[in-house]
Amino acid sequence: MSFFKKLKDKFSGNQEAEQSTEKYKEGLTKTRTGFTSKINDLVARYRKVDEDFFEELEEVLLQADVGFETVMELMDQLRFEVQRKNVKDTSNVQSVISEKLVEIYEAGDAEINELKFADDLTVILFVGVNGVGKTTSIAKLAHRLKNEGKTVLLAAGDTFRAGAIEQLDIWGKRVGVDVIKQSEGSDPAAVMYDAVRAAKSRGVDVLICDTAGRLQNKVNLMNELEKVHRVISREIPGAPHEVLLALDATTGQNALIQAQTFKEVTNVTGIVLTKLDGTAKGGIVLAIRNKLKIPVKFVGLGEQMDDLQPFDAQKYVYGLFAEGLDKEEELENAEADK
Amino acid sequence: MAFEGLAERLQGTIQRIKGKGKVSEADVKEMMREVRFALIEADVNLKVVKEFVKKVSERAVGQDVMESLTPGQQVVKIVKDELTNLMGGEQSKIEFATKQPTVIMMVGLQGAGKTTTSGKLAGMLRKKHNRKPLLVAADVYRPAAVQQLETIGKQLSLPVFSKGTDLSPVEISRQAIEYAKAEHLDTVIIDTAGRLHVDENLMQELKDIRALKEPDEIFLVVDAMTGQDAVNVAQNFNEAIGITGVVLTKLDGDTRGGAALSIRSVTDKPIKFVGMGEKMDALEAFYPERMASRILGMGDMLSLIEKAQTNVDEAKAKELEEKFRTSSFTFDDFLEQMNQVKQMGPLDEILKMLPGANKIKGIENAKVDESQMGRVEAIIQSMTTQEKTTPEIINSNRRKRIAKGSGTTIQDVNRLLKQFEDMKKMMKQMSGMANSKKGKKKMSMPGLDSLFK
Repeated sequence: MSFFKKLKDKFSGNQEAEQSTEKYKEGLTKTRTGFTSKINDLVARYRKVDEDFFEELEEVLLQADVGFETVMELMDQLRFEVQRKNVKDTSNVQSVISEKLVEIYEAGDAEINELKFADDLTVILFVGVNGVGKTTSIAKLAHRLKNEGKTVLLAAGDTFRAGAIEQLDIWGKRVGVDVIKQSEGSDPAAVMYDAVRAAKSRGVDVLICDTAGRLQNKVNLMNELEKVHRVISREIPGAPHEVLLALDATTGQNALIQAQTFKEVTNVTGIVLTKLDGTAKGGIVLAIRNKLKIPVKFVGLGEQMDDLQPFDAQKYVYGLFAEGLDKEEELENAEADK
Repeated sequence: MAFEGLAERLQGTIQRIKGKGKVSEADVKEMMREVRFALIEADVNLKVVKEFVKKVSERAVGQDVMESLTPGQQVVKIVKDELTNLMGGEQSKIEFATKQPTVIMMVGLQGAGKTTTSGKLAGMLRKKHNRKPLLVAADVYRPAAVQQLETIGKQLSLPVFSKGTDLSPVEISRQAIEYAKAEHLDTVIIDTAGRLHVDENLMQELKDIRALKEPDEIFLVVDAMTGQDAVNVAQNFNEAIGITGVVLTKLDGDTRGGAALSIRSVTDKPIKFVGMGEKMDALEAFYPERMASRILGMGDMLSLIEKAQTNVDEAKAKELEEKFRTSSFTFDDFLEQMNQVKQMGPLDEILKMLPGANKIKGIENAKVDESQMGRVEAIIQSMTTQEKTTPEIINSNRRKRIAKGSGTTIQDVNRLLKQFEDMKKMMKQMSGMANSKKGKKKMSMPGLDSLFK
């Protein structure tokens, strides 16, 4: 049985899994047609697995923003794998590729893709550069956690950008959760202090903290973020339990520097990859996982409230290669008919 | 994890070419491999990179090495020139309508910075072009987008046309244009909602707004950190509504900004402005040459010079130059110069603009110790007037006194005195150079380097 078949079998039969896999397929339609059709083109054009083939494959990955170093490493591994398994036919390379991509993610334990919850109050801090979708992702996550039966409180920590507090406030009303806020221009650390106090006294399960977008090379703003982080940990030892870096899927190689710098300052525990419903592939997360060991925890696949999905490497790859699966299945069916 | 600049990447190849008579095809091929790496790492689209490398290779083969002392530099220069050409010479002019009002549409993906840029643009048009802008809140989808523009309008004391979120963006825009006519506001800036370039419904909405009154400018606002996908975004927006120019935002980050090149080469539309910060006046003209340097990781000397020019008092600079020539530069002048450097902005940012700065390990985390400058200031202020003008008289007793007075050590004082001497020597050489050329506006900034030590 092929790799794709195995994947599909794994997700069918379980309705919930099937639904969310559908979401992936839907959201990744553009991604898939871009990325997978290219791999299929390749397969169609090359009969043999040779250097030309690898070179083109390399280009497909580079155009997915995976980045030079990671692509080079991946290509080396693929070459080795192809040689070891003695794969001659390019159509079989597809499964080797997807296996390899999943492997990068599953290096280490797979569980780290899930959110870590504390016994009583869990604090989740959102960080990231400007315009990546922190506030929207917070709303989606609050919606998700609320549906899971948790009580949620939001903290409007972006006191800088015009309209940011109102934005979170409107989302709070839509989702049906309270928002702790102060006026624009107030000290974000003070907002956090208030929010943590409020979360404790109200006995909520999860406090999600918004912060202002900041470019990672602004030393003062990064210091401010460090302070916000410190205030939270002082109030609750061990908090924030999760620090999620919102990352725009359209971002190129700078995402790696973003991840590194934010990790140094706030000890980022995971990534929320936003705007994956466009044509961008967000391939840089491969490099980030590979080099900085930061896993992707959620992906944003659309503008609806339930368009935030937990990241699952296998589903992700399944979404990328869904066409390949359908094709292989047809082939297998055709063979069975004979 | 800062990426190597092209110049560093080429070092190895260059070593081998040195001493050869001509740059051979094989040499060029090898160097172009590095060029390709550098451009991809800078997020230039792969297809664009390929075309570009082909073009540059043709120019580079057969160049005489002997003509220039460093063939590598020559290749870098060719690459840089070609990049500069590609990104276009024309400057950031804005088309104004002959029949009022001028309509400017701001379009782009979510989170690119349209609303902020709309505000900055309105502020600039009022200040530099003496226009009376009207900001139009046509983003009815994102929660609080209207409030955001209203707040920005308040900050800038500019009128904002907002009708809440119940009317359609097309209707809001139509009413806004009528309102501008009635109120004699000559420039209408429409802030549209962020949308995916593959969202057909929302792209149709832009076409409908466009049909109200043919906009004089349609600016695509693009995040400078965008990766390979920049070509798709730019192409789709351009094909759907026909953009007239591009605004590159968040360029005050540390991205190389290769998207600039990608966008330019697929749309052939000029990049008109760049967003350089969160403040409302942080919108600057686009300079292709600086962008080329940046993409290649070559530092941004020109921006630095420009910064110096806008912040340094011309008259004072002349006076200073006179002092360099006559070697009558004193510690008072030193202090004044230091203050001027301070005014140019945080020193670590200035430091990063220097060419080769990215070669220094850990530069991305470099924090210039501004307290060091405070110490220098204290030392100078602890000197007598006589000591300041003729530092030669500062003997060991005086040094002790100065150190005590400024709360520093004798070593600190010694170091400063030595730096001052070095600076004076350097100035002599530099002013000699400045005299031989006629560069009148030339800003020399001796002492800058010693401050970083």
